[in-house]
Amino acid sequence: MSDADNARPSHTRIIVKMVSVVFGMLAFVFVGLVPMYNLICEWTGITGRTNEASLVQDYVVDENRSIKVQFLANNNADMPWQFRPMVKTITAKPGEVVEVSYFAKNATRRDMTAQAIPSLSPFEVTPYFHKTECFCFNQQPLTAGEDVEMALVFQIDPDLPAWVQTISLSYTLYDVSSEQQSAAVTFQ
Amino acid sequence: MTTATHDHDHDHEHHGPAKGLTRWLYTTNHKDIGTMYLWFSFAMFLLGGSFAMVIRAELFQPGLQLVQPEFFNQMTTMHGLIMVFGAVMPAFVGLANWMIPMMVGAPDMALPRMNNLSFWILPFAFAMLASTLFMEGGGPNFGWTFYAPLSTTYAPPSVTFFIFAVHIMGASSIMGAINIVATILNMRAPGMTLMKMPLFVWTWLITAYLLIAVMPVLAGVVTMMLMDIHFGTAFFNAAGGGSPVLFQHIFWFFGHPEVYIMILPAFGIVSAIIPAFARKRLFGYSSMVYATASIAFLSFIVWAHHMFTVGIPFLGEAFFMWATMLIAVPTGVKVFNWVTTMFRGSMTFETPMLFAICFVVLFTIGGFSGLMLAVAPADFQYHDTYFVVAHFHYVLVPGAVFSIMAGVYYWLPKWSGKMYNETLGKVHFWLSFIGVNVLFFPQHFLGLAGMPRRIPDYALQFADFNMVSSIGGFLFGASQLLFLYIVVHTIVAGKPAPAKPWEGAEGLEWTVDSPAPYHTFSTPPKID
Amino acid sequence: MKLQRVFVALTALLISSVARADWTLNMPRGVTDISQEVYGLHMLTFWVCVVIGVLVFGVMFYSMFKHRKSKGAVSSNFHESTKVELAWTLIPAAVIFAIGVKATYTLADMYNFEESEVTLEVVGYQWRWRYRYIDENAEQEVSFFSSMATPRDEINNRLEKNENYLLEVDEPVVLPTGTKVRFLLSSADVIHSWWVPALAVKKDAIPGIVNEAWTIINEEGTYRGQCTELCGKDHGFMPVVVEAVSPEEFEQWLADKEQEAIELAELNDREWTFEELMERGEEVYTSACASCHQPNGSGVPGAFPALANSPIALGPAEGHLNVVVNGVRGTAMAAYGNQLSDADMAAVITYERNAWGNDVGDMVTPVDVYNFKAGE
Repeated sequence: MSDADNARPSHTRIIVKMVSVVFGMLAFVFVGLVPMYNLICEWTGITGRTNEASLVQDYVVDENRSIKVQFLANNNADMPWQFRPMVKTITAKPGEVVEVSYFAKNATRRDMTAQAIPSLSPFEVTPYFHKTECFCFNQQPLTAGEDVEMALVFQIDPDLPAWVQTISLSYTLYDVSSEQQSAAVTFQ
Repeated sequence: MTTATHDHDHDHEHHGPAKGLTRWLYTTNHKDIGTMYLWFSFAMFLLGGSFAMVIRAELFQPGLQLVQPEFFNQMTTMHGLIMVFGAVMPAFVGLANWMIPMMVGAPDMALPRMNNLSFWILPFAFAMLASTLFMEGGGPNFGWTFYAPLSTTYAPPSVTFFIFAVHIMGASSIMGAINIVATILNMRAPGMTLMKMPLFVWTWLITAYLLIAVMPVLAGVVTMMLMDIHFGTAFFNAAGGGSPVLFQHIFWFFGHPEVYIMILPAFGIVSAIIPAFARKRLFGYSSMVYATASIAFLSFIVWAHHMFTVGIPFLGEAFFMWATMLIAVPTGVKVFNWVTTMFRGSMTFETPMLFAICFVVLFTIGGFSGLMLAVAPADFQYHDTYFVVAHFHYVLVPGAVFSIMAGVYYWLPKWSGKMYNETLGKVHFWLSFIGVNVLFFPQHFLGLAGMPRRIPDYALQFADFNMVSSIGGFLFGASQLLFLYIVVHTIVAGKPAPAKPWEGAEGLEWTVDSPAPYHTFSTPPKID
Repeated sequence: MKLQRVFVALTALLISSVARADWTLNMPRGVTDISQEVYGLHMLTFWVCVVIGVLVFGVMFYSMFKHRKSKGAVSSNFHESTKVELAWTLIPAAVIFAIGVKATYTLADMYNFEESEVTLEVVGYQWRWRYRYIDENAEQEVSFFSSMATPRDEINNRLEKNENYLLEVDEPVVLPTGTKVRFLLSSADVIHSWWVPALAVKKDAIPGIVNEAWTIINEEGTYRGQCTELCGKDHGFMPVVVEAVSPEEFEQWLADKEQEAIELAELNDREWTFEELMERGEEVYTSACASCHQPNGSGVPGAFPALANSPIALGPAEGHLNVVVNGVRGTAMAAYGNQLSDADMAAVITYERNAWGNDVGDMVTPVDVYNFKAGE
């Protein structure tokens, strides 16, 4: 009992441990949680992002199934471009290579750059929806008044779950012009 | 920092406090710092409360009367932030500062200088946060949960100050928590084994671990916001390939444990008070400890129940529903233990006991609505309505806040050496009890009938209950001024209190004089 | 005297509010199979809680009355019992398990997204909804904004509030009964949440992500809801109104809407007089602009610029068009070029240039808007 005072364990060890937990958790947020979220989204298809280009697969086309694919286009509220799919709906057979396109026009008086963000629904189809070419892979610059037809080439995996009969592919267009480009809009 | 802490025992043994303002500025005494924390949190409670009064006044009747929607949103946001980070958390830290060293037989906190720092950065954080209200574009208006992109791309310019304020609060909490862990693990008197510690110490130990684990997550998420706003990253910005949903996952990964940070110490306080006034040992001490630990563990795997409507896949939804419902089991154990402690005791009902009993009943009601909210399909109807508002206010006001008040009444004689006026204390209790129920119970009905939260104006079918709720709010708010009066009156003119004013109270804190001497347990007490 | 008056006023207030509103206590049962199931679950959990509450609080109040010191109660000293503690861990666990199983079945139903007949795209904007019927056979796409229709005067207590105060829109969304309708939800700015209690459908509308929900409405009627995710200033003022009609009526309505859309497109080509533009402009202004720039064009200092006497509204039409059509990046001013037709755009700009004391006197025609958009 009497020597308890001297035997009091060091605070330093506890502090070192606790501070390393603090920094460990801080690091975990950046290098753990964020990649984990992205990974889970990729595996399950939640959020319906299809940003990765894939190679054309050698699928056997399933002639007995036809999948309705709806194409949607939306603008973020501050994005003034005209943006729409050239065809609103098509029917595709799993395995076949399909090519469609979207139209975009920059009708403003300044040069701008856009980024299209895709989202598929139902999100379960995301792992089965392979884009070999898509305007969403890159930013799209357009000079003032310029328009463009942007290509989208995709294949649906024949392993697509049987209950899926309709796929909706939606793009939201965002203004990602650099500050210099956007300076033009600050009137006066 | 650490070497300095070792010689504090010799530094100022048996000295009284310094005089004047410098006493409070430079103090490293756990009692002084505890007192400052408690007064600070009470000031924040009144500030956050006055914001709540603005909210309830605007919602007294349909239509816009007092404030415009943009200011209303700032009020809801600031009310939430100040109550969570300014009132409830610092109050518990204040209680921990005062009581933990005395309960474990330690002369002071393990790291007294860090203790001073962790308190003194708080007023700056909240001054910065409150000052945003006067900035161009107004203060934070995106809710205390600050979901991106409303809090990033669409936020007022003052958001940067909000972020820095949160950083400072986080730093303060982390330092406080490290201090508490070090004190509990290293400073216990000989013979005070872990399983002999009072439950308040146990629950705070677990809370401190939670704080250390999740405050960095909060710091991380606001840092990401800062980077998105000022440095062009795109963590939460869809245009750059980020995801607003990611924000919610990270926020609630912090946020759910945070909820338990605000309730676990309350369990500890109630577990001290109920046995004292039932004059009977706490029933199921060890199961209380295990239940607290399991609640803390479960708090890390239920965060997405705040996000049932964001579009989580079926399996995720089911997992988070089941995990959340599971929390009801250890929480139930605690309630059953408290009730059984009262059963066949010899009870008296002084103010601390009244608040503690009220805690058990109303916290359980909050727990019931929590169980209902956990049922995912039904949550689609409850989510973001006043039902949720009623739920978390039941858990936080008659839960956390009442436990703090119970603790203040219970330990005030020890702190001040004076006895509070029992009649006034009971009046305060009954006014608060009636006020809080009139205030929050009708909000269940409002939510079920379909009133969304965070709206400045509402459809006519919600008019009656909103008026009732506002009346309850004003009553509850006014009663807290009585609380202020009671505490001040006790300190100034209370009758002297004995060392152990409560017949059934147990614990080392009652073995020292009232008021507790400036330095206690400079030589460790003997524990049987 | 004063107190008395306050009391009388309060009583009068209470009585008058009792007269005009009902004291609804519970969740609506709703008009879909899912909403009924949800109601059942809600009541089941509720009654379980009531039973537990009565038991626990019963024991507690019993001991509070019986075992008080003033009645001479002497405390026992039991403080542990593994059996009892095991029982009150396992029994609640079993009850919760039962609720969980039932809830999981309902959840599975809600997540059954198999083939639906109507697809409705719902996009949240600050602070209104845009609905678009996805129909590949339609000649003209049916797409419209649905904004709150409650007049500002009612909100500011200058007019008596009507029965559907804050829950009425200029254009409700119409859906067929007995038909599986799929919702695709998204947002053009911040997160919103689309909720209709009677359908038990609540799903967040998140920028850059498309969320899914579905419903089959069993009964015809008008069902009202609101945005339930804080989305900024007017979060409280973006209601949802669903009108459920028979499938035949729905077909007719959709056909009419298509026709209307075609006619609307023609409006862009026709000749407009100044008065016509001003009249239409006021309507458009009220629904699209007034929530920020205020009905009298005064704006909100520090947040939303005034239009009355503003350099843009009084300056060249070109600059004015630029701001409204293309928006102002980094501010709350959206690009309305995609939200308003050319005719509406022309009308609202003409209105802004000639209202509240602005007196430029010129008019902007749909052709001007078209030319501006075409870059000429």
